[in-house]
Amino acid sequence: MIKVNVDGRAIEVGEGQSLLAVCLQQGIFIPHLCFLEGMPESPASCRLCFVDIQGEPAPVASCKVPPWDGMVVRTDTERVRRLQKSALRLLLSVHHVDCRNCPSNKKCVLQDLAKFLGVPLKSKKLEHLQREIGVELDHPLFQFVPERCVLCEKCIAVCRQHNDFSLLTFAKRGFNTVVTCFEKDPDRLPCSDCRACVEICPVSAIFLKNEAAEACLDQPPPFPDSP
Amino acid sequence: MKQANSDVLERFRTLIRQARQTVQESKEPGKPHIYIGMATCGLAAGATETKQAFEETLAERGIEARIIPVGCIGHCYGEPLVVIENPGFPAICYHKVTAGKAGALVRAFLEEGDPLFEYVLGALEENDLIPTVMDFPRFNLERRVVMADCGALDPENIDQYLAGGGYESLLKALEMTPEEVIQEIIDSGLRGRGGAGFPTGRKWQAARSADGSRKTVICNADEGDPGAYMDRTILESNPHQLLEGLAVCAYAVEAENAVIYVRAEYPLAVKMIRRAIDQAGQAGLLGAHILGTRFSLSVSVFEGSGAFVCGEETALIQSLEGKRGMPQHRPPYPVHKGLWQQPTVINNVKTLSSVPTIVKKGAAWYRQIGTQSSPGTAIFSVVGKVVHPGLVEIPMGTTLGRLIFEICGGIPNRKKFKAVQIGGPSGGCLPESFMDTPVDFDSLTQAGAMMGSGGMVVMDEDSCLVNVARFFIDFTQNESCGKCTFCRIGTRHILNILERITKGEGKEGDLETLRELSQDIKTASLCGLGKTAPNPILTSLEYFREEYQAHIREKRCPAMMCRALTAFYIDLDKCARGCDACVGSCPVDAIFTTKGRKKAIDQELCVKCGECMVACPTEYDAVGKVSPSELAPVIERPQEKAS
Ligand SMILES: Cc1cc2nc3c(=O)[nH]c(=O)nc-3n(C[C@H](O)[C@H](O)[C@H](O)COP(=O)(O)O)c2cc1C
Repeated sequence: MIKVNVDGRAIEVGEGQSLLAVCLQQGIFIPHLCFLEGMPESPASCRLCFVDIQGEPAPVASCKVPPWDGMVVRTDTERVRRLQKSALRLLLSVHHVDCRNCPSNKKCVLQDLAKFLGVPLKSKKLEHLQREIGVELDHPLFQFVPERCVLCEKCIAVCRQHNDFSLLTFAKRGFNTVVTCFEKDPDRLPCSDCRACVEICPVSAIFLKNEAAEACLDQPPPFPDSP
Repeated sequence: MKQANSDVLERFRTLIRQARQTVQESKEPGKPHIYIGMATCGLAAGATETKQAFEETLAERGIEARIIPVGCIGHCYGEPLVVIENPGFPAICYHKVTAGKAGALVRAFLEEGDPLFEYVLGALEENDLIPTVMDFPRFNLERRVVMADCGALDPENIDQYLAGGGYESLLKALEMTPEEVIQEIIDSGLRGRGGAGFPTGRKWQAARSADGSRKTVICNADEGDPGAYMDRTILESNPHQLLEGLAVCAYAVEAENAVIYVRAEYPLAVKMIRRAIDQAGQAGLLGAHILGTRFSLSVSVFEGSGAFVCGEETALIQSLEGKRGMPQHRPPYPVHKGLWQQPTVINNVKTLSSVPTIVKKGAAWYRQIGTQSSPGTAIFSVVGKVVHPGLVEIPMGTTLGRLIFEICGGIPNRKKFKAVQIGGPSGGCLPESFMDTPVDFDSLTQAGAMMGSGGMVVMDEDSCLVNVARFFIDFTQNESCGKCTFCRIGTRHILNILERITKGEGKEGDLETLRELSQDIKTASLCGLGKTAPNPILTSLEYFREEYQAHIREKRCPAMMCRALTAFYIDLDKCARGCDACVGSCPVDAIFTTKGRKKAIDQELCVKCGECMVACPTEYDAVGKVSPSELAPVIERPQEKAS
């Protein structure tokens, strides 16, 4: 068994799991967005799951670190929290914060993280920015709400798991990256009774269209509505 | 196991003998030889027309001479460059040889024996007639290791490379065990020239000892930095040197596959390297059973689509595998899990091109050049406000001041030096106080800049550092792949804030946000792009803070570069009555005639292009610039008379 110490707690762990997975199982919360339990590789793209490991000069992403024997970890140092808050503020600065009209209200990962880290949902520190949606997002089956999307890639991962390849994909790049689906023929989409992407989405940014009404999407969200 | 035996040696000797013979036979004693630099930089400066003019004038005058297209010698300020070997004279290098000068050279020099001193850059060998190029710092303070033969060889002719000792290092490597080769590279202290400066020998060793049956060597020739073109020049000017280094590396790590990843925007480089691969294959120096040994290497060329981030090694591998070019978390490093999950060495063009000389002359020789921690030479593409821009190869440890002021001739037009931006778009901006800083991996990183790819932009007093920082972050945020939060969103915020500041809309608190956000992006981004993108902001904030403050507090751009904060005006005391040189130059009809028949600018209409300043005759010099823009004198436009 590998013994690690997290925030002063001694934990015994087996091999083959990331430090993040181990901590979460032990009830030690580390903010995270793109990590998906049971997936072989986390993209390490959300930059939230930082921890301080003794001997490391800077915080590291815990989803990419295998625990080693004698590892001493702190999940709540000042510099870790600073980066996590900064990442969350950035994500919120491009998020359409309209919780009342969002189906994820009260079960939203951004709300949870904001509460945990003490970051206001509508921060004054950064301006609100809007992406340029450079691709045709209209689709016979899917409704995408890029103003909500946090690009955690979970929908792409589960789609790949269900179909061996992913129908969902990133399009455009950089600041204007969005998730979309390029296959437009409903008959060629194996989506009839699969809701994996919709269910996994932590911020209600993707729907099957016939369910869009329930998802408060009768009208597209007004934008921007900064305070 | 060593691969070379007497058969191999014999085969190689025959190859060399034949190459020397071919080269010898192609020389025509008694005839002039004209070498024209025809790499991309030469072509851009008009080398094709120059070559044509030589051909036509030679034909017209009935003179027999040989024209040999060669690569680039790096003296871009002097393109098109031509070297003429005229029997009875030393070899002479001419600069800025336009088509007209080419014709004149044939008539005067080749026909009449007058070397036309006014066109001469310098002689290539000691003589009593003409000063040699070695009298100039731009030549004698350089130290050519990687670029030694660039511009001296016909890149399309393997025989020239062979005749000059080419592929001897590959032979020598084959006479050593792979471990010995790696040890030699470790001993040489060679560090990767792609930016990070990772010890090359250790990289090879890691790949060699990693488990895997299909190891690969990749040459990174993506070269995405704006303004950097040394890799292109090397590919275009001496492709065989790179192939030789690649083969030595593959032998050392036991790889049988190599890929050269070149950007598709480098068509000439792609052509040259493809031709070189073919020629080396035909000569038995690449392909199956190299020189009859058991070592085989197949080399392919992959044309990348020119995304800056695809130069990052993990993104490059994704791109080779046909995926979106997005960087991956490291570890695992490519030496353990690279292309198709197999151990992969990725080295830069300059790194691999350094290898043949190191193997040939030995690690101890290499270590004599440069510094203890950064042996060897550095190649910079120095651009911006210097007298002699171009590619410069200098020993590591040369100071910035020497590079800029001695080798590159300093700042033109009697302007003052302001800053130098080193290391490509994510390098830092350093002020004059850093002129004693030696150029090497560690010193530059310590100063907040970096070696990067070797891009260097020199700026004079007319550059606004806020605008410069904005320019570079505009590039990096545009090239961000969008994968990780900090780089995707953070760099966009920085760009927005800097845009506001350059427009005079900066707020108190902006500098604090800029600094904090920059630090977070630097610490927390996934790959090197995000980790370095804030460098220009962090360094300019540190060294040029007053300039930011002037923009925010006084709406003033001290360098008078930010358009929103500057205004052009015409000094009525200097303006000449009746002259209207400026009027025609104005694209928006903002210049009107005053009551006193002088000229003035309507600030409402002016787009601040500065054309009037250029157009105003120097003897009047009446157009001035001020910042903040309210300082411009207000002059009433006379009422149009109703006709
Ligand atoms: C954004 C980014 C762009 C890069 N571009 C290049 C490039 O154009 N050429 C290059 O050789 N290395 C580039 N690198 C560095 C490579 O990731 C890698 O370190 C290098 O190719 C290794 O070769 P070396 O050890 O010979 O330096 C880049 C790195 C980053 C982060």
